[in-house]
Amino acid sequence: MELVVRRPEGLYCPPGDFYIDPWRAVHRAVITHAHADHARAGHANYLVSAQSENVLRARFGNLPMQTLVYGETVTQNGVCVSLHPAGHVLGSAQVRLAYRGQVWVVSGDYKLAADPTCTPFEPVICDTFITESTFGLPIYRWPESHDVMQSINQWWSNNASQGRSSLLYAYAFGKGQRLLASLEHSIGPIITHGSFDALNAAYRQTGVALPETQRVTEVGESDKKRALILAPPSAASSPWMKRFGEVSHAMVSGWMQIRGARRRRAVDRGFVLSDHADWPALLTAIDATGAERVIVTHGNTAALIRWLKESGRIAQAFETEYGEIEQ
Amino acid sequence: MRAFADLYQALDRTTSSRLKVAAMVEYFGGANEKDAAWAVYFLAGGKIKRLLPTAHLRAYAQRQTGLPVWLFEECYQTVGDLAETIALLLPSPQTERDMSLSQWVTEGLLPLQSVNEEQRSSALDQLLDGWDANTRFICLKLITGGIRVGVSRLLVTRALSQLTDLPATQIAQRMMGYFSGREHPTGDRYQALIADGDTDYLAIEPGQPYPFFLAQPLARDDSQLQDILNAPGSWQMEWKWDGIRAQLVCRHGNTWLWSRGEELISEQFPELCQAAQSFADGTVLDGEILVWHPDQTVPASFADLQKRLGRKRLSDAIKRDYPVVFMAYDVLEDKGIDCRAQTLSQRRLALERLISSTDIASVFKLSPVVHAQETSQALAHHAQAREQRAEGLMIKAHSSQYGVGRTRQAGLWFKWKLDPMSIDAVLIYAQRGHGRRASLYTDYTFALWDDSASPGMPLLVPVAKAYSGLTDKEIKQIDAILRQSTVESFGPVRRVEPTLVFEIGFEGILPSTRHKSGVALRFPRMLRWRVDKPVNEADTLATLKALL
Repeated sequence: MELVVRRPEGLYCPPGDFYIDPWRAVHRAVITHAHADHARAGHANYLVSAQSENVLRARFGNLPMQTLVYGETVTQNGVCVSLHPAGHVLGSAQVRLAYRGQVWVVSGDYKLAADPTCTPFEPVICDTFITESTFGLPIYRWPESHDVMQSINQWWSNNASQGRSSLLYAYAFGKGQRLLASLEHSIGPIITHGSFDALNAAYRQTGVALPETQRVTEVGESDKKRALILAPPSAASSPWMKRFGEVSHAMVSGWMQIRGARRRRAVDRGFVLSDHADWPALLTAIDATGAERVIVTHGNTAALIRWLKESGRIAQAFETEYGEIEQ
Repeated sequence: MRAFADLYQALDRTTSSRLKVAAMVEYFGGANEKDAAWAVYFLAGGKIKRLLPTAHLRAYAQRQTGLPVWLFEECYQTVGDLAETIALLLPSPQTERDMSLSQWVTEGLLPLQSVNEEQRSSALDQLLDGWDANTRFICLKLITGGIRVGVSRLLVTRALSQLTDLPATQIAQRMMGYFSGREHPTGDRYQALIADGDTDYLAIEPGQPYPFFLAQPLARDDSQLQDILNAPGSWQMEWKWDGIRAQLVCRHGNTWLWSRGEELISEQFPELCQAAQSFADGTVLDGEILVWHPDQTVPASFADLQKRLGRKRLSDAIKRDYPVVFMAYDVLEDKGIDCRAQTLSQRRLALERLISSTDIASVFKLSPVVHAQETSQALAHHAQAREQRAEGLMIKAHSSQYGVGRTRQAGLWFKWKLDPMSIDAVLIYAQRGHGRRASLYTDYTFALWDDSASPGMPLLVPVAKAYSGLTDKEIKQIDAILRQSTVESFGPVRRVEPTLVFEIGFEGILPSTRHKSGVALRFPRMLRWRVDKPVNEADTLATLKALL
């Protein structure tokens, strides 16, 4: 029996009568994580991980939420539903569905790399594994996060010593906090764009330690020159940017692995750090589930599916509206 | 090698010319002369040709990575650069090594040309083993051709000029000889390049040309053009010939013919070099090579000239069927004296004397001055350019010196080109681009309606490929549309639903047996995206052929 099918509203569990990360309004939705392509406002009931509650509230206001801690089980029309860490962002979860001896796991987005701001990915044994494939090509092999953070800190300190502000573009939810938690804050003040405020508060409220950050209006001119400024990519070339003098621009994203993408962004530096699994991690994660059948939702789906088929698995695609949140 | 890779990184990380020049000055200051010699060569765009077929490199990479061909190709299509793809895919090195740039090039890279197939794999191992990812990327770039890192020869020239305190013009001139393509860079040649100003450089490189002076383009709505048209009499106007810009150097009883791309092309035009022997030593002319039949009043098309290029051996038949002339329009050296600092009027007098005093008028012609005193005359000449087989008009200030590159300091030269011919065509195939357009669909094939095969039922027939002319924003929009309107993919190519119409500009049109449409367009590019135009209102192949 199919525990998950694709409906126009989103991925649907027929025996349980609920949706997982639906893109249209439904009566009952299980949410893997709070990124905008997976979590949307307007559903009648939400089932979410306890760790993601504050973040969801910060982004969408008061939602009718029921929360589960990782590993806790609820039963919906006979389907046992539990949430397990996906290591993607704070509160991100894989959804495990068990029904009449069948186990399916919908993983949402995930990564295996270390991240001080969320619980690490846990492999869940299943028959069918539904996976992302954002970076589903072997050209994507991430360097060690620790080494990347070191070169970011080095870049910052180098700029600071030359009186240049360091502007780091990163997605405001997830990547931003992961960076904040790993920046060497003795180098200088950290300024965040306004879009980070509510999310940082939600992280702190959930118990994630983040260094002190300031708004641009609170920092004097001379301190700005030593500062690291964290802004979402959408803030590039906005009036907000005019508040700074000489600036070195950098972007933090898995896409920075490709020189062409770096040049298109016209940034001085591209740091390769992603909240998604790279190619080896995708294969490791899939192997660890022991699944015979793999369904790929978004990203380089065709390549991953063909690879899996050629290595003897049953593999197929679900066409979803999950996108590349990672810019 | 690593220092050179670090320099590459530094250059790649900034868009500021100032910082790029500073990074190069630092590198050259610290490098030994042999490494610096090769660094100058590669940074300024030098390549080592035909090292090995890229198919062999692909095969090597596939063996090393153990990836199936289809996955390797998918990766390549996403990255858009073979060297980068391979650098990203190769397993991490187990050992570490060190070797200088010049040693790596002379002992590893250059021998690759002569290595036989069995030894090739181990030769590549030798070249790539033990380097970190960044250095390996540079190694692969050099193996696959050259590095492009947003550094022009002009910037390298500026860096060397800063390093040595020599004038940039002097370095630029020496650079011309440095790139003759005959000799590999050596420590001695680098020393000569940066040697003290009084050194007799010509003794080392007798055939070296001067840097070409390039004209500024004039757009139709340019205010500068209006100023010129208001008083055309104060400018020297000539036809903008549609041939190959070339420089003829006569020194030491020898002649050299250089193209604008600074390639030595003497061998392709032996009759020009032979006739040029009647010039005195120490004569350098700037002009255009054209195919021109003696009984014709205008030159033949550029396509005829192409038949003379890219040939190893010129048959007598080719020489007879495509006779060439050198249309001289400037003199840079006269009686061994550099006369580039004289005014154009003075140089023109010298040029007229030089050309008329020879008995080789059948081969060396003087580019005529197109006289215009009134605005209307200038406009009329411009309108007649196509009949002259010219691309438009050249407009030069009488007082202009002969400068270096596309600069304005030494005097003003303009090119006022004809408006391109254009058609409205439909986008039918798309392919991903390279470089900074990697993984975006930016290379398009365009089609026109044609009902000659099925009267009353017009079909779209491909006529041209184009990939330039759009803004980054438009490219992004179009990329999104193409991804959603793909009908089928074959290899890297997507066939898309015909929904987008573009105005395609081109410089010329020629009959072709190679293309299904029966025509080939010269230099096609997108002029604009016709958002306003429905697909069924795009032009027909018959309209295009009428321009033939």
